[in-house]
Amino acid sequence: MTLAPTTAWLVVLAAGLGTLAFRLSSIVAFARAGDLPAPVREVLRFVPPAVLGALVAPAFLVADGGLAVAPTNPRLIAGAAAAAVAWRTENVLATIAVGMAVLLGAGALGL
Amino acid sequence: MSRRSDLIAGARDVAPMLLGVIPFGLLVGVTALEAGLSPAVTVGMSLFVFAGASQLAIIELAGQGTAPLVIAGTALVVNLRYLMYSASIAPRFREYAARWRGLFAYLLTDQAYALTVVRESDDVRWYYLGTAATIWLAYQAATVAGVVLGAGVPPGWPLSFAVPLTFLALLVPAIEDRPGLAAAVVGGGVAVAGRGLPYHLGLPAGAVAGVVAGLVSARTAGGGGDGDGHHGAGTDAEGPAPSPEAPGDDGREAE
Repeated sequence: MTLAPTTAWLVVLAAGLGTLAFRLSSIVAFARAGDLPAPVREVLRFVPPAVLGALVAPAFLVADGGLAVAPTNPRLIAGAAAAAVAWRTENVLATIAVGMAVLLGAGALGL
Repeated sequence: MSRRSDLIAGARDVAPMLLGVIPFGLLVGVTALEAGLSPAVTVGMSLFVFAGASQLAIIELAGQGTAPLVIAGTALVVNLRYLMYSASIAPRFREYAARWRGLFAYLLTDQAYALTVVRESDDVRWYYLGTAATIWLAYQAATVAGVVLGAGVPPGWPLSFAVPLTFLALLVPAIEDRPGLAAAVVGGGVAVAGRGLPYHLGLPAGAVAGVVAGLVSARTAGGGGDGDGHHGAGTDAEGPAPSPEAPGDDGREAE
């Protein structure tokens, strides 16, 4: 069940306009006042790890709708390897490459 | 001091970072088709949204049949960090006319921001354009290339797995301290627990829970012993943030 073309365009427009509004926000509104208010900055500080965590966890921990936190889950193994690479190198390309390689390797091993 | 040399300097300085930008564009192009989005929507997305991580989120959710509102909402939450970038770089653009500021805002990315904010110059316009326009061009071209390539990828290749891997690659450096870790762990845990919720609400629920967890963790770590009596939510004790630049009448504030 995929997005109908019109709906897809509406999503693109909404996301685009909203993101542009974020980009414009301080450049427009705070052109005189300086920084964002401290409470706002506090909250914003946690948005990246929270959102990315929410995006990442299901992809690696869930298989066929059920929780699969076990070595038999090839995505989990691939994810663990990729996480290690990301931690050591902070290199996006290397992380993706290792993760894909481990997944394909696990598939070849019959997992 | 010349416009041309600034432009070229910006483009030259950002060139190594294109290695990080181009894969995003390629990935967007390739995975969007897999998710059932048309080439036009895909290219349009890179033009209108111009933010790789949120585009990948849109693509992933669209492929899973998520409700459109949740997709758009998730994209916006992923892009909330542009509020921060905007706030950080705004002082450098304070003196320019509205037209310029609009263009600069649209082109804002992590890399353009990072390079420009340390540039020692009174007029950073052209340097910023050098960096930002180069990224923009590379990214749009990569998206188109990905769309073209994606059509030729054999079915069965788990290319879409590269999407969560990319998020993972972004997540790890985003965790800078214990509260950040708490945010990520709780965000992930709630998203997994809520995977059965309608409209894929588990994702925004996880994001909100993660932010709260981060705030709570930061409070209990730092606010426990300094005896100011402030616990729990509410940060109004800190007062307004100090302005980094000299206050006062600009005199040149554009409309």
